[in-house]
Amino acid sequence: MDPLILSRIQFGANISFHILFPTITIALGWVLLFFKLRYNATNDSAWMRAYFTWVKVFALSFAMGVVSGVTMSFQFGTNWPGYMEKVGNIAGPLLAYEILTAFFLEAAFLGIMLFGFRRVSNRIHTLATVLVAGGTTVSAFWIIALNSWMQTPAGFEMRDGVAHAVDWWAIIFNPSMPYRLTHMLLASGLTVSFLIAGLSALRYLTGDRSESMWKALRTGVFTAAILIPIQIFAGDQHGLNTLEHQPQKIAAMEANWNTGPNVPLVLFALPDEAAKENKFEIAIPDGASLVLRHSTSGVVPGLNDYPGNHPPVFPVFWGFRVMVGTGILMLLVSWSAAFFLKRRHSLPKPLAMLMVPMALSGWLATLAGWYTTEIGRQPWLVTGVLKTADAVGPVAGSHVALTLATYLVLYVLLLIAYLGVLVHLALKAAKDGDSSPLPGVMNAAMSQPAAGE
Amino acid sequence: MSFDWPTALPLIFAGLMGLAILIYVILDGFDLGIGILFAAAEDAEQDTMIAAIGPFWDANETWLVLAVGLLLVAFPLAHGVILTALYIPVFVLLLGLILRGVAFDFRAKVPAGRKHRWNRIFFLGSLIASLAQGYMLGVYVLGLDVGLGGMAFGVLVAFCLAAAYAAMGAAWVIYKTEGELQKKAVRWLRTTLVLTALGMAAVSLATPFASPRIFDKWFVWPEMLYLSPLPILSALLFLWLWRQTFHLPKPDDRHSLTPFLTLAAIFALGFAGLAWSFYPFVVPDRLTIWQAASAPESLAIILAGTVVVLPIIIFYSFYAYRVFGGKATDLTYD
Repeated sequence: MDPLILSRIQFGANISFHILFPTITIALGWVLLFFKLRYNATNDSAWMRAYFTWVKVFALSFAMGVVSGVTMSFQFGTNWPGYMEKVGNIAGPLLAYEILTAFFLEAAFLGIMLFGFRRVSNRIHTLATVLVAGGTTVSAFWIIALNSWMQTPAGFEMRDGVAHAVDWWAIIFNPSMPYRLTHMLLASGLTVSFLIAGLSALRYLTGDRSESMWKALRTGVFTAAILIPIQIFAGDQHGLNTLEHQPQKIAAMEANWNTGPNVPLVLFALPDEAAKENKFEIAIPDGASLVLRHSTSGVVPGLNDYPGNHPPVFPVFWGFRVMVGTGILMLLVSWSAAFFLKRRHSLPKPLAMLMVPMALSGWLATLAGWYTTEIGRQPWLVTGVLKTADAVGPVAGSHVALTLATYLVLYVLLLIAYLGVLVHLALKAAKDGDSSPLPGVMNAAMSQPAAGE
Repeated sequence: MSFDWPTALPLIFAGLMGLAILIYVILDGFDLGIGILFAAAEDAEQDTMIAAIGPFWDANETWLVLAVGLLLVAFPLAHGVILTALYIPVFVLLLGLILRGVAFDFRAKVPAGRKHRWNRIFFLGSLIASLAQGYMLGVYVLGLDVGLGGMAFGVLVAFCLAAAYAAMGAAWVIYKTEGELQKKAVRWLRTTLVLTALGMAAVSLATPFASPRIFDKWFVWPEMLYLSPLPILSALLFLWLWRQTFHLPKPDDRHSLTPFLTLAAIFALGFAGLAWSFYPFVVPDRLTIWQAASAPESLAIILAGTVVVLPIIIFYSFYAYRVFGGKATDLTYD
């Protein structure tokens, strides 16, 4: 088989698997800090119980993120040597700073955060939590900076076919970077709030009415309800930024085949790239012009302007719709749950049952969004600088196929095990309720692997 | 003499990368070694052994990311050549590291009945990762030659490195535990030391025959004289440590860290020998460190960050080890 498409699928599979876990740890670090600070302020042990339940999820997600992240750092060389040969002078320092400033910060203080509660003072333990949460966020900053640079490169010049840095400020804060970073950090916040809300709803359904359940449930639901409108706004701004810098991606997202005014907003369609048309289209007249140009006669770029230089339409179109659809569902669910919690101090059973599968809605929306933006960058690896096809390495297709198949099997098994443990931890916390041992008198350190729990 | 940055920078980065690899091999070496020793330990002992490395392994594995990251960012051409040539072994290494890393957490969080399964996965992952690293080292030493002889040499180095990691693991268990397990670890250390020494002797004998280039670098006068302390000192340390295993553990737990430090010194000496064998190549016989390096201005900006951050990393790594100092059982049943 063709090593190019296999390598792309392999990289896509690895990074999709990887992103699931940073998406959780980035925001969960801050949520844990919130639990910790509430405990410091109120001395209410229910906050610490919530902390102890969720720090285990953090530890597990972090481990999954580390091992899949190590895989990523090798992938550049094993499958895409052309990438570093061409843009290594830019990508190198950004990756180096990610590893130096962020990765070590998290990894070194994680030990203290997880196992050090009884070994260091409460103040140092809180500081370790701050450093771990900060580390994950700084990590996201550098990675998003590099990714955004690949989307909208700036601050460099080509010498002898190799990119050389000219202005580091322009490289890091390239045109799409602030938008993408905001969008991703909010996505992480939403993923975690729905995960916490969903697993707490599961505890609720099993009859758990403990204080720690309520505290986690409220934290999850209210955070989600606050973040989702901000995210919709940030996403819209990000879209307008893409319209300015990568119009061909917008054309594919909207499945708009011809540039022109009064472009409809396509709600459903099966884009047919060969015939250059949409099948079974359901659309709102003038919708896309209105959304993107704020005028019904606004001109929206079409794919006809970019022959042979636009991304595949079908996955970009649908990736975008899955993301937006999930976002709207998130809005409905989080606002109704917030309403019931605020006014009735309870959850209707059907809503709680809907919230349980919604625990993974953040993952779905994040992946769909990343597929939209990354497939939307094709055929370029670095827009206008390096084509994906020119970066692939001289590895035999059979090798890539074999390793890809193994990765896929492994990832599916690990995901099943991971989700199984999340449910197990939630049910265990539900059974223990407020009678679980207090952190202050707990003998085993919190996520201590030694206890056969 | 004027200081020539374009010449110096690649050299500095080669040094930094070497340092990162050495620290990784020593630190994650004992993690992986403890994983290998899992096969010989009882259930309760396994919990204590995990407690001895639990707070550290994340940071330890990060040194690998730094080492590969430095190769990637400072020597992008070499990164591509080495990793495409070692495609399958790298994949096996990653597989091992993934299994080892997740088993660490899963074994503690799954329902009690499934713990055994994850213990086995932890052992397998550690063993696979160690063997893969050794195999890659062996093939790399031969200039990425993947002929049948090169593969056989790789397998030899793989077993040698796995034994050496197991010895590191045993030495760490001696330091972090007490009582029966500590005594058991001393016996493990004795056995694995013999295996390591046999492996190292075999590798040392095979290397000059497998690679005339390395042979030429070592066996010329007067370099032979300057280099002779490396093998002689290593051999003496080996012998001394082996004798020590008959006297450990000592009253009041004196010298419990000595075996680990001795092994770390042996690793450092072996590493220096390797570095000498390669210099100035980063891909043996193909790319020198200057040919493979990134543009000087890019290296400079990485270096600026590195000289600030690396001391901080080393400082708080020491802090983390101090916080979790003492016997590992403290961590669990204080």
